[in-house]
Amino acid sequence: MKSYGQYSKEVMKHFKKPINMGRIKNPDGIGKVGNVVCGDVMYLYIKVKKGKKGKYIISDVKFETFGCVAAIATSSMITKLAKGKTIEEALNITKMDVAKALGGLPKIKLHCSVLASDALTEAIYDYFTKNKLSIPDELEKRHKQIEKETKFVEEKFKDYIKMEKEIWSVKGK
Amino acid sequence: MKKVYMDYSATTPVDSRVLEAMKPYFRKYYGNSMSLHSFGVIAKEALEDAREKVSNLMKANTKEVIFTGSATESDNLALKGIAFANKEKGKHIIVSMIEHHAVLEPAKWLEKQGFEVTYLPVDQYGLIDLKKLEDVIRKDTILVSIIFGNNEIGTIQDIERIGKICREKGIYFHSDATQAFGKIPIDVKKMNIDLLTVNAHKVYGPKGVGGLYIREGIEIEPLLHGGGHEFGLRSSTINVSGIVGFGKVAEIQKKEMVSDAKKQIKLRDKLIKETLRIEDSHLNGHPTKRLPNNAHFWFSYIEGESLMMQLDMHGIASSTGSACSSGSLEPSHVLLAIGLKHEQAHGSLRLSIGKYTEREDINYVLEVLPKVVENLRKISPFKRGWK
Repeated sequence: MKSYGQYSKEVMKHFKKPINMGRIKNPDGIGKVGNVVCGDVMYLYIKVKKGKKGKYIISDVKFETFGCVAAIATSSMITKLAKGKTIEEALNITKMDVAKALGGLPKIKLHCSVLASDALTEAIYDYFTKNKLSIPDELEKRHKQIEKETKFVEEKFKDYIKMEKEIWSVKGK
Repeated sequence: MKKVYMDYSATTPVDSRVLEAMKPYFRKYYGNSMSLHSFGVIAKEALEDAREKVSNLMKANTKEVIFTGSATESDNLALKGIAFANKEKGKHIIVSMIEHHAVLEPAKWLEKQGFEVTYLPVDQYGLIDLKKLEDVIRKDTILVSIIFGNNEIGTIQDIERIGKICREKGIYFHSDATQAFGKIPIDVKKMNIDLLTVNAHKVYGPKGVGGLYIREGIEIEPLLHGGGHEFGLRSSTINVSGIVGFGKVAEIQKKEMVSDAKKQIKLRDKLIKETLRIEDSHLNGHPTKRLPNNAHFWFSYIEGESLMMQLDMHGIASSTGSACSSGSLEPSHVLLAIGLKHEQAHGSLRLSIGKYTEREDINYVLEVLPKVVENLRKISPFKRGWK
Protein backbone atom coordinates (compact mmCIF):
# COMPACT_ATOMS: atom_id res chain seq x y z
CA MET A 1 0.00 0.00 0.00
CA LYS A 2 1.21 3.49 -0.83
CA SER A 3 0.68 6.48 1.41
CA TYR A 4 -2.91 7.59 1.76
CA GLY A 5 -3.33 11.25 1.00
CA GLN A 6 -1.17 13.14 3.45
CA TYR A 7 -0.55 10.12 5.69
CA SER A 8 2.01 7.34 5.36
CA LYS A 9 1.11 3.67 5.21
CA GLU A 10 2.37 3.16 8.76
CA VAL A 11 0.32 6.07 10.14
CA MET A 12 -2.82 4.63 8.57
CA LYS A 13 -1.99 1.18 9.93
CA HIS A 14 -1.76 2.48 13.48
CA PHE A 15 -4.83 4.67 13.05
CA LYS A 16 -6.89 1.77 11.74
CA LYS A 17 -5.71 -0.67 14.37
CA PRO A 18 -4.18 1.20 17.27
CA ILE A 19 -2.23 -1.03 19.63
CA ASN A 20 -2.23 -0.82 23.44
CA MET A 21 -5.35 1.27 23.47
CA GLY A 22 -7.15 1.76 26.78
CA ARG A 23 -6.29 2.15 30.41
CA ILE A 24 -4.16 0.20 32.91
CA LYS A 25 -5.74 -0.45 36.28
CA ASN A 26 -3.45 0.72 39.08
CA PRO A 27 -0.73 2.03 36.79
CA ASP A 28 2.71 2.84 38.16
CA GLY A 29 2.73 6.10 36.24
CA ILE A 30 0.28 8.26 34.28
CA GLY A 31 1.23 10.93 31.77
CA LYS A 32 -1.53 13.37 30.87
CA VAL A 33 -0.61 15.86 28.23
CA GLY A 34 -2.43 18.21 25.92
CA ASN A 35 -1.01 19.91 22.93
CA VAL A 36 -1.25 23.65 22.78
CA VAL A 37 -1.22 23.84 19.03
CA CYS A 38 -4.44 22.07 18.12
CA GLY A 39 -5.91 20.87 21.38
CA ASP A 40 -5.26 17.13 21.16
CA VAL A 41 -5.13 15.39 24.53
CA MET A 42 -3.36 12.16 25.41
CA TYR A 43 -3.22 10.01 28.52
CA LEU A 44 -0.48 7.41 28.80
CA TYR A 45 -0.39 4.70 31.48
CA ILE A 46 2.69 2.63 32.34
CA LYS A 47 3.44 -0.41 34.44
CA VAL A 48 7.03 -0.79 35.63
CA LYS A 49 8.75 -4.02 36.69
CA LYS A 50 12.17 -4.88 37.94
CA GLY A 51 13.97 -6.81 35.22
CA LYS A 52 17.26 -8.60 34.88
CA LYS A 53 20.43 -6.89 36.15
CA GLY A 54 18.30 -4.73 38.42
CA LYS A 55 17.06 -2.56 35.55
CA TYR A 56 13.52 -1.21 35.69
CA ILE A 57 11.48 -2.07 32.65
CA ILE A 58 8.26 -0.68 31.23
CA SER A 59 6.34 -3.92 31.19
CA ASP A 60 3.04 -2.53 29.99
CA VAL A 61 1.85 0.70 28.44
CA LYS A 62 -1.57 1.89 27.28
CA PHE A 63 -3.00 5.11 25.91
CA GLU A 64 -6.17 7.12 25.55
CA THR A 65 -6.25 9.94 23.02
CA PHE A 66 -8.61 12.65 21.90
CA GLY A 67 -7.30 13.80 18.58
CA CYS A 68 -6.74 13.43 14.90
CA VAL A 69 -5.38 10.57 12.82
CA ALA A 70 -1.79 11.61 13.53
CA ALA A 71 -2.42 11.94 17.27
CA ILE A 72 -3.90 8.45 17.48
CA ALA A 73 -1.14 6.95 15.33
CA THR A 74 1.67 8.60 17.33
CA SER A 75 0.03 7.42 20.57
CA SER A 76 -0.12 3.89 19.29
CA MET A 77 3.48 4.07 18.05
CA ILE A 78 4.93 5.42 21.30
CA THR A 79 3.42 2.49 23.18
CA LYS A 80 5.04 0.14 20.72
CA LEU A 81 8.41 1.86 21.07
CA ALA A 82 8.28 2.05 24.87
CA LYS A 83 6.99 -1.39 25.75
CA GLY A 84 9.70 -3.68 27.12
CA LYS A 85 12.27 -0.88 27.28
CA THR A 86 14.20 0.12 30.37
CA ILE A 87 13.31 3.48 31.89
CA GLU A 88 16.58 4.93 30.57
CA GLU A 89 15.90 3.67 27.07
CA ALA A 90 12.33 4.94 27.17
CA LEU A 91 13.46 8.40 28.19
CA ASN A 92 15.67 8.49 25.14
CA ILE A 93 12.76 8.02 22.73
CA THR A 94 12.35 11.33 20.95
CA LYS A 95 9.58 12.83 18.90
CA MET A 96 11.72 12.21 15.83
CA ASP A 97 11.92 8.51 16.69
CA VAL A 98 8.12 8.41 16.75
CA ALA A 99 7.77 10.29 13.49
CA LYS A 100 10.44 8.16 11.83
CA ALA A 101 8.90 4.89 12.97
CA LEU A 102 5.65 6.08 11.40
CA GLY A 103 7.32 6.66 8.06
CA GLY A 104 7.09 10.40 8.54
CA LEU A 105 4.29 12.80 9.40
CA PRO A 106 2.90 15.76 7.48
CA LYS A 107 4.77 18.88 8.61
CA ILE A 108 1.68 20.37 10.18
CA LYS A 109 1.16 17.21 12.23
CA LEU A 110 4.67 16.89 13.63
CA HIS A 111 3.49 18.37 16.92
CA CYS A 112 1.46 15.17 17.46
CA SER A 113 4.72 13.26 17.84
CA VAL A 114 5.74 15.81 20.49
CA LEU A 115 2.52 14.98 22.30
CA ALA A 116 3.36 11.29 22.33
CA SER A 117 6.92 11.64 23.60
CA ASP A 118 5.73 14.18 26.20
CA ALA A 119 3.13 11.74 27.48
CA LEU A 120 5.78 9.08 27.96
CA THR A 121 8.09 11.50 29.73
CA GLU A 122 5.26 12.53 32.05
CA ALA A 123 4.28 8.95 32.82
CA ILE A 124 7.88 8.19 33.78
CA TYR A 125 8.09 11.38 35.82
CA ASP A 126 4.91 10.34 37.61
CA TYR A 127 6.47 6.95 38.33
CA PHE A 128 9.58 8.59 39.80
CA THR A 129 7.49 10.90 41.95
CA LYS A 130 5.16 8.19 43.22
CA ASN A 131 8.10 6.01 44.20
CA LYS A 132 10.07 8.90 45.69
CA LEU A 133 13.01 8.22 43.41
CA SER A 134 15.55 10.91 42.73
CA ILE A 135 14.62 12.65 39.52
CA PRO A 136 17.34 13.28 36.91
CA ASP A 137 17.86 16.99 36.09
CA GLU A 138 17.00 16.54 32.44
CA LEU A 139 13.71 14.84 33.31
CA GLU A 140 12.83 17.57 35.79
CA LYS A 141 13.50 20.23 33.16
CA ARG A 142 11.36 18.50 30.54
CA HIS A 143 8.57 17.97 33.04
CA LYS A 144 8.49 21.70 33.90
CA GLN A 145 8.19 22.66 30.24
CA ILE A 146 5.43 20.12 29.56
CA GLU A 147 3.54 21.22 32.67
CA LYS A 148 3.52 24.77 31.39
CA GLU A 149 2.07 23.71 28.04
CA THR A 150 -0.48 21.37 29.59
CA LYS A 151 -1.91 24.14 31.77
CA PHE A 152 -2.74 26.05 28.62
CA VAL A 153 -4.79 23.15 27.28
CA GLU A 154 -6.46 22.39 30.61
CA GLU A 155 -7.96 25.85 30.45
CA LYS A 156 -9.42 25.00 27.03
CA PHE A 157 -10.74 21.62 28.13
CA LYS A 158 -11.83 22.48 31.64
CA ASP A 159 -15.40 21.24 31.16
CA TYR A 160 -14.23 17.78 30.21
CA ILE A 161 -11.65 17.68 32.94
CA LYS A 162 -14.27 18.69 35.50
CA MET A 163 -16.57 15.98 34.21
CA GLU A 164 -13.81 13.42 34.35
CA LYS A 165 -13.04 14.35 37.96
CA GLU A 166 -16.70 13.88 38.82
CA ILE A 167 -16.68 10.44 37.27
CA TRP A 168 -13.56 9.52 39.23
CA SER A 169 -15.00 10.77 42.50
CA VAL A 170 -18.17 8.72 42.00
CA LYS A 171 -16.08 5.64 41.24
CA GLY A 172 -13.96 6.21 44.31
CA LYS A 173 -16.91 6.01 46.70
CA MET B 1 -16.39 -2.14 -0.25
CA LYS B 2 -19.53 -0.07 -0.53
CA LYS B 3 -18.80 3.55 -1.43
CA VAL B 4 -21.13 6.29 -0.28
CA TYR B 5 -20.47 9.88 -1.26
CA MET B 6 -21.73 12.21 1.46
CA ASP B 7 -19.76 15.27 0.45
CA TYR B 8 -21.91 16.91 -2.24
CA SER B 9 -21.24 20.30 -0.66
CA ALA B 10 -17.60 19.89 -1.62
CA THR B 11 -18.37 19.01 -5.21
CA THR B 12 -20.73 16.83 -7.25
CA PRO B 13 -20.43 14.40 -10.14
CA VAL B 14 -21.30 15.86 -13.53
CA ASP B 15 -24.81 14.92 -14.67
CA SER B 16 -24.51 12.68 -17.75
CA ARG B 17 -26.92 14.96 -19.63
CA VAL B 18 -24.63 17.88 -18.85
CA LEU B 19 -21.59 15.97 -20.04
CA GLU B 20 -23.37 15.06 -23.30
CA ALA B 21 -24.30 18.69 -23.88
CA MET B 22 -20.68 19.76 -23.37
CA LYS B 23 -19.01 17.15 -25.57
CA PRO B 24 -19.50 18.76 -29.00
CA TYR B 25 -17.82 21.92 -27.76
CA PHE B 26 -14.42 20.28 -27.42
CA ARG B 27 -13.83 18.91 -30.93
CA LYS B 28 -16.65 20.00 -33.16
CA TYR B 29 -17.62 23.51 -32.04
CA TYR B 30 -14.30 24.67 -30.71
CA GLY B 31 -14.45 28.23 -32.01
CA ASN B 32 -13.58 31.35 -30.06
CA SER B 33 -16.79 33.20 -29.24
CA MET B 34 -15.12 36.50 -30.18
CA SER B 35 -14.36 35.35 -33.74
CA LEU B 36 -16.67 36.62 -36.43
CA HIS B 37 -16.53 33.54 -38.66
CA SER B 38 -18.94 30.62 -38.52
CA PHE B 39 -16.91 28.80 -35.84
CA GLY B 40 -17.06 31.87 -33.64
CA VAL B 41 -20.75 32.44 -34.27
CA ILE B 42 -21.62 28.93 -33.06
CA ALA B 43 -19.57 29.44 -29.90
CA LYS B 44 -21.14 32.83 -29.29
CA GLU B 45 -24.64 31.40 -29.72
CA ALA B 46 -23.85 28.62 -27.26
CA LEU B 47 -22.56 31.18 -24.76
CA GLU B 48 -25.65 33.33 -25.03
CA ASP B 49 -27.95 30.33 -24.82
CA ALA B 50 -26.26 29.30 -21.56
CA ARG B 51 -26.48 32.84 -20.25
CA GLU B 52 -30.21 32.80 -20.86
CA LYS B 53 -30.66 29.50 -19.02
CA VAL B 54 -28.58 30.50 -16.02
CA SER B 55 -30.24 33.91 -15.71
CA ASN B 56 -33.59 32.23 -16.08
CA LEU B 57 -33.06 30.04 -13.04
CA MET B 58 -32.58 33.10 -10.84
CA LYS B 59 -35.23 35.17 -12.66
CA ALA B 60 -32.72 37.74 -13.86
CA ASN B 61 -32.58 39.43 -17.24
CA THR B 62 -30.20 37.66 -19.60
CA LYS B 63 -27.64 40.43 -19.83
CA GLU B 64 -27.39 40.68 -16.05
CA VAL B 65 -25.34 37.48 -15.75
CA ILE B 66 -21.66 37.13 -16.57
CA PHE B 67 -19.58 33.97 -16.47
CA THR B 68 -16.39 33.61 -14.45
CA GLY B 69 -13.93 30.84 -13.62
CA SER B 70 -15.31 29.96 -10.19
CA ALA B 71 -17.54 31.09 -7.33
CA THR B 72 -14.42 32.36 -5.60
CA GLU B 73 -13.73 34.60 -8.57
CA SER B 74 -17.33 35.80 -8.59
CA ASP B 75 -17.14 36.68 -4.89
CA ASN B 76 -13.87 38.51 -5.40
CA LEU B 77 -15.29 40.38 -8.37
CA ALA B 78 -18.41 41.35 -6.44
CA LEU B 79 -16.59 42.66 -3.38
CA LYS B 80 -13.58 44.28 -5.00
CA GLY B 81 -15.58 45.37 -8.03
CA ILE B 82 -18.18 47.19 -5.96
CA ALA B 83 -15.62 48.56 -3.50
CA PHE B 84 -13.43 50.14 -6.14
CA ALA B 85 -16.31 51.45 -8.22
CA ASN B 86 -17.87 53.10 -5.17
CA LYS B 87 -14.91 54.23 -3.12
CA GLU B 88 -15.93 57.87 -3.56
CA LYS B 89 -19.34 57.08 -2.08
CA GLY B 90 -18.04 55.28 0.98
CA LYS B 91 -15.51 52.88 2.39
CA HIS B 92 -17.62 50.71 4.65
CA ILE B 93 -18.55 47.09 3.90
CA ILE B 94 -20.61 44.64 5.97
CA VAL B 95 -20.18 40.87 5.74
CA SER B 96 -21.40 38.13 8.05
CA MET B 97 -19.02 36.19 10.27
CA ILE B 98 -20.03 32.96 8.55
CA GLU B 99 -19.12 33.88 5.00
CA HIS B 100 -17.05 31.47 2.94
CA HIS B 101 -13.35 32.33 2.77
CA ALA B 102 -14.00 33.50 -0.79
CA VAL B 103 -15.83 36.48 0.72
CA LEU B 104 -13.93 36.84 4.00
CA GLU B 105 -10.50 36.97 2.42
CA PRO B 106 -11.35 39.64 -0.19
CA ALA B 107 -12.98 41.59 2.66
CA LYS B 108 -9.78 41.34 4.70
CA TRP B 109 -7.75 42.35 1.68
CA LEU B 110 -10.00 45.36 1.15
CA GLU B 111 -9.31 46.39 4.75
CA LYS B 112 -5.65 46.60 3.80
CA GLN B 113 -6.63 48.85 0.91
CA GLY B 114 -8.26 51.33 3.27
CA PHE B 115 -11.83 50.00 3.40
CA GLU B 116 -13.55 49.30 6.69
CA VAL B 117 -15.30 45.99 7.21
CA THR B 118 -17.87 45.12 9.86
CA TYR B 119 -18.21 41.39 10.54
CA LEU B 120 -21.82 40.76 11.47
CA PRO B 121 -22.33 38.09 14.16
CA VAL B 122 -24.91 35.31 13.92
CA ASP B 123 -27.06 33.49 16.47
CA GLN B 124 -26.68 29.85 17.55
CA TYR B 125 -28.39 28.71 14.32
CA GLY B 126 -26.20 30.83 12.11
CA LEU B 127 -28.87 33.41 11.35
CA ILE B 128 -27.97 37.07 11.22
CA ASP B 129 -30.02 39.46 13.31
CA LEU B 130 -31.79 41.91 10.97
CA LYS B 131 -32.00 44.55 13.68
CA LYS B 132 -28.26 44.27 14.21
CA LEU B 133 -27.73 44.63 10.48
CA GLU B 134 -29.71 47.86 10.49
CA ASP B 135 -27.69 49.06 13.48
CA VAL B 136 -24.31 48.57 11.83
CA ILE B 137 -25.29 50.17 8.52
CA ARG B 138 -23.63 53.57 8.24
CA LYS B 139 -23.91 56.52 5.90
CA ASP B 140 -20.77 55.43 4.14
CA THR B 141 -21.75 51.74 3.83
CA ILE B 142 -21.49 50.71 0.20
CA LEU B 143 -21.98 46.95 0.28
CA VAL B 144 -23.54 44.20 2.36
CA SER B 145 -22.53 40.62 1.57
CA ILE B 146 -24.41 37.76 3.23
CA ILE B 147 -24.13 34.10 2.29
CA PHE B 148 -27.40 32.65 0.95
CA GLY B 149 -27.06 29.12 2.32
CA ASN B 150 -24.05 28.37 4.46
CA ASN B 151 -21.58 25.84 3.09
CA GLU B 152 -20.85 24.28 6.48
CA ILE B 153 -23.97 24.33 8.63
CA GLY B 154 -26.45 24.83 5.78
CA THR B 155 -28.36 27.72 7.34
CA ILE B 156 -30.47 29.71 4.88
CA GLN B 157 -30.76 33.42 5.63
CA ASP B 158 -33.85 35.56 5.22
CA ILE B 159 -32.40 36.96 2.01
CA GLU B 160 -35.52 38.81 0.93
CA ARG B 161 -35.67 40.88 4.10
CA ILE B 162 -31.93 41.53 4.13
CA GLY B 163 -32.29 42.69 0.53
CA LYS B 164 -35.18 44.93 1.44
CA ILE B 165 -33.21 46.64 4.22
CA CYS B 166 -30.28 47.25 1.88
CA ARG B 167 -32.47 48.45 -0.98
CA GLU B 168 -34.27 50.94 1.25
CA LYS B 169 -30.96 52.35 2.42
CA GLY B 170 -29.52 52.43 -1.08
CA ILE B 171 -26.75 49.95 -0.27
CA TYR B 172 -25.68 47.23 -2.67
CA PHE B 173 -26.47 43.70 -1.54
CA HIS B 174 -24.37 40.75 -2.64
CA SER B 175 -25.16 37.17 -1.74
CA ASP B 176 -22.93 34.15 -2.21
CA ALA B 177 -25.36 31.50 -3.44
CA THR B 178 -22.71 28.91 -4.31
CA GLN B 179 -24.45 26.25 -2.21
CA ALA B 180 -28.02 27.40 -2.87
CA PHE B 181 -28.22 27.98 -6.62
CA GLY B 182 -29.98 25.14 -8.38
CA LYS B 183 -31.02 23.62 -5.06
CA ILE B 184 -33.61 26.09 -3.81
CA PRO B 185 -35.63 28.71 -5.70
CA ILE B 186 -33.92 32.08 -6.08
CA ASP B 187 -35.62 35.18 -7.44
CA VAL B 188 -33.15 38.05 -7.56
CA LYS B 189 -35.85 40.64 -8.28
CA LYS B 190 -38.24 39.61 -5.55
CA MET B 191 -35.39 39.12 -3.10
CA ASN B 192 -33.86 42.54 -3.78
CA ILE B 193 -30.49 41.07 -4.66
CA ASP B 194 -27.99 43.29 -6.47
CA LEU B 195 -25.21 40.77 -6.96
CA LEU B 196 -25.38 37.00 -6.75
CA THR B 197 -22.56 34.46 -6.90
CA VAL B 198 -23.40 31.12 -8.50
CA ASN B 199 -21.44 28.18 -9.85
CA ALA B 200 -21.81 24.94 -11.76
CA HIS B 201 -19.84 22.23 -9.97
CA LYS B 202 -21.93 22.18 -6.80
CA VAL B 203 -24.99 21.29 -8.89
CA TYR B 204 -23.80 18.53 -11.23
CA GLY B 205 -21.96 20.81 -13.63
CA PRO B 206 -18.26 21.02 -14.50
CA LYS B 207 -15.61 22.60 -12.26
CA GLY B 208 -14.07 25.87 -13.31
CA VAL B 209 -17.29 27.70 -14.18
CA GLY B 210 -18.87 30.39 -12.05
CA GLY B 211 -21.34 33.15 -12.64
CA LEU B 212 -22.14 36.55 -11.23
CA TYR B 213 -25.46 38.31 -11.45
CA ILE B 214 -25.03 42.06 -11.48
CA ARG B 215 -28.30 44.01 -11.48
CA GLU B 216 -28.70 46.22 -14.50
CA GLY B 217 -27.30 49.68 -13.97
CA ILE B 218 -24.77 48.71 -11.31
CA GLU B 219 -21.21 49.62 -12.18
CA ILE B 220 -18.35 47.44 -10.99
CA GLU B 221 -14.63 47.49 -11.63
CA PRO B 222 -13.33 44.37 -13.37
CA LEU B 223 -10.54 42.29 -11.87
CA LEU B 224 -9.23 41.11 -15.22
CA HIS B 225 -8.42 43.55 -17.99
CA GLY B 226 -7.87 42.37 -21.52
CA GLY B 227 -9.97 41.59 -24.54
CA GLY B 228 -13.18 42.90 -23.02
CA HIS B 229 -15.15 39.65 -22.77
CA GLU B 230 -18.34 39.45 -20.73
CA PHE B 231 -19.30 43.09 -21.24
CA GLY B 232 -15.80 44.18 -20.32
CA LEU B 233 -16.16 42.74 -16.83
CA ARG B 234 -14.20 39.55 -17.23
CA SER B 235 -11.62 39.38 -19.96
CA SER B 236 -10.54 35.84 -20.83
CA THR B 237 -11.30 33.60 -23.76
CA ILE B 238 -14.71 32.13 -23.10
CA ASN B 239 -14.77 28.62 -21.62
CA VAL B 240 -17.52 27.61 -24.02
CA SER B 241 -17.79 23.91 -23.17
CA GLY B 242 -17.88 24.61 -19.43
CA ILE B 243 -20.42 27.38 -19.81
CA VAL B 244 -22.58 25.17 -22.03
CA GLY B 245 -22.45 22.66 -19.18
CA PHE B 246 -23.53 25.34 -16.72
CA GLY B 247 -26.42 26.27 -19.01
CA LYS B 248 -27.51 22.66 -19.15
CA VAL B 249 -27.31 22.46 -15.35
CA ALA B 250 -29.63 25.44 -15.06
CA GLU B 251 -32.04 23.98 -17.59
CA ILE B 252 -32.18 20.64 -15.75
CA GLN B 253 -32.38 22.09 -12.26
CA LYS B 254 -35.20 24.41 -13.27
CA LYS B 255 -37.26 21.29 -13.87
CA GLU B 256 -35.86 19.04 -11.17
CA MET B 257 -34.92 21.37 -8.33
CA VAL B 258 -38.18 21.08 -6.41
CA SER B 259 -38.50 17.31 -6.67
CA ASP B 260 -34.78 16.93 -5.83
CA ALA B 261 -35.21 19.11 -2.76
CA LYS B 262 -38.27 17.20 -1.58
CA LYS B 263 -36.47 13.89 -1.85
CA GLN B 264 -33.32 15.20 -0.21
CA ILE B 265 -35.16 16.84 2.68
CA LYS B 266 -36.77 13.50 3.49
CA LEU B 267 -33.42 11.71 3.45
CA ARG B 268 -31.69 14.54 5.29
CA ASP B 269 -34.28 14.58 8.06
CA LYS B 270 -34.06 10.84 8.46
CA LEU B 271 -30.29 11.14 8.66
CA ILE B 272 -30.50 13.92 11.25
CA LYS B 273 -33.18 12.30 13.35
CA GLU B 274 -31.46 8.95 13.56
CA THR B 275 -27.95 10.34 14.00
CA LEU B 276 -29.14 12.33 16.99
CA ARG B 277 -29.98 9.04 18.68
CA ILE B 278 -26.25 8.62 19.22
CA GLU B 279 -25.51 9.67 22.77
CA ASP B 280 -24.04 13.18 23.10
CA SER B 281 -24.52 14.08 19.46
CA HIS B 282 -25.65 17.54 18.47
CA LEU B 283 -27.07 19.22 15.36
CA ASN B 284 -25.45 22.38 14.04
CA GLY B 285 -27.44 24.89 12.05
CA HIS B 286 -31.16 25.51 11.93
CA PRO B 287 -33.65 22.61 12.14
CA THR B 288 -35.71 23.82 9.17
CA LYS B 289 -34.03 26.87 7.59
CA ARG B 290 -31.32 24.75 6.08
CA LEU B 291 -30.18 23.60 2.65
CA PRO B 292 -32.07 20.46 1.56
CA ASN B 293 -28.86 18.48 1.26
CA ASN B 294 -27.03 19.51 4.43
CA ALA B 295 -26.67 17.72 7.75
CA HIS B 296 -24.09 18.94 10.24
CA PHE B 297 -23.29 17.57 13.67
CA TRP B 298 -20.81 17.64 16.48
CA PHE B 299 -20.06 14.66 18.67
CA SER B 300 -18.75 15.07 22.20
CA TYR B 301 -15.39 13.56 23.24
CA ILE B 302 -14.04 12.84 19.75
CA GLU B 303 -12.21 14.64 17.00
CA GLY B 304 -13.51 15.26 13.49
CA GLU B 305 -10.56 14.33 11.33
CA SER B 306 -10.38 10.92 12.98
CA LEU B 307 -14.11 10.56 12.53
CA MET B 308 -13.96 11.52 8.88
CA MET B 309 -11.09 9.13 8.22
CA GLN B 310 -12.80 6.28 10.06
CA LEU B 311 -15.87 6.83 7.90
CA ASP B 312 -13.60 6.89 4.87
CA MET B 313 -12.31 3.47 5.89
CA HIS B 314 -15.91 2.31 5.50
CA GLY B 315 -16.21 3.97 2.10
CA ILE B 316 -18.12 7.01 3.33
CA ALA B 317 -16.90 10.43 2.16
CA SER B 318 -17.62 13.28 4.57
CA SER B 319 -16.15 16.55 5.80
CA THR B 320 -15.22 18.20 9.11
CA GLY B 321 -14.58 21.66 10.51
CA SER B 322 -12.08 20.35 13.02
CA ALA B 323 -8.90 22.33 13.54
CA CYS B 324 -6.86 19.19 12.98
CA SER B 325 -8.09 18.94 9.41
CA SER B 326 -7.45 22.56 8.50
CA GLY B 327 -4.19 23.86 7.18
CA SER B 328 -4.13 26.54 9.86
CA LEU B 329 -4.96 24.23 12.81
CA GLU B 330 -7.77 26.66 13.64
CA PRO B 331 -11.29 25.29 13.92
CA SER B 332 -13.90 26.49 11.47
CA HIS B 333 -14.79 30.17 11.89
CA VAL B 334 -18.42 29.28 11.15
CA LEU B 335 -18.63 26.87 14.07
CA LEU B 336 -16.97 29.34 16.42
CA ALA B 337 -19.38 32.05 15.20
CA ILE B 338 -22.42 29.96 16.19
CA GLY B 339 -20.95 29.66 19.67
CA LEU B 340 -19.20 26.30 19.63
CA LYS B 341 -16.11 25.95 21.77
CA HIS B 342 -12.88 24.78 20.22
CA GLU B 343 -13.27 21.23 21.49
CA GLN B 344 -16.87 21.12 20.24
CA ALA B 345 -15.89 22.35 16.79
CA HIS B 346 -13.18 19.66 16.92
CA GLY B 347 -15.86 16.97 16.89
CA SER B 348 -17.79 18.31 13.91
CA LEU B 349 -18.98 16.35 10.91
CA ARG B 350 -20.71 17.49 7.72
CA LEU B 351 -22.73 14.99 5.73
CA SER B 352 -24.05 16.48 2.51
CA ILE B 353 -26.25 14.55 0.13
CA GLY B 354 -27.36 15.04 -3.47
CA LYS B 355 -29.33 13.95 -6.48
CA TYR B 356 -27.87 10.47 -6.47
CA THR B 357 -28.19 9.73 -2.76
CA GLU B 358 -30.57 6.89 -2.06
CA ARG B 359 -32.26 5.64 1.08
CA GLU B 360 -29.91 2.65 1.23
CA ASP B 361 -26.95 5.03 1.33
CA ILE B 362 -28.44 6.80 4.33
CA ASN B 363 -29.13 3.44 5.97
CA TYR B 364 -25.52 2.41 5.44
CA VAL B 365 -24.25 5.64 7.01
CA LEU B 366 -26.64 5.17 9.93
CA GLU B 367 -25.28 1.68 10.40
CA VAL B 368 -21.61 2.72 10.30
CA LEU B 369 -21.64 6.11 12.03
CA PRO B 370 -22.68 5.00 15.54
CA LYS B 371 -20.03 2.27 15.50
CA VAL B 372 -17.31 4.63 14.40
CA VAL B 373 -18.26 7.22 17.02
CA GLU B 374 -18.24 4.49 19.64
CA ASN B 375 -14.81 3.27 18.50
CA LEU B 376 -13.27 6.69 18.78
CA ARG B 377 -14.87 7.28 22.14
CA LYS B 378 -13.25 4.08 23.34
CA ILE B 379 -9.89 5.61 22.46
CA SER B 380 -10.76 9.00 23.94
CA PRO B 381 -9.84 9.87 27.54
CA PHE B 382 -13.00 11.99 27.66
CA LYS B 383 -15.50 9.21 27.13
CA ARG B 384 -18.33 9.07 29.60
CA GLY B 385 -17.33 6.81 32.37
CA TRP B 386 -14.49 4.30 32.28
CA LYS B 387 -15.39 0.91 31.03
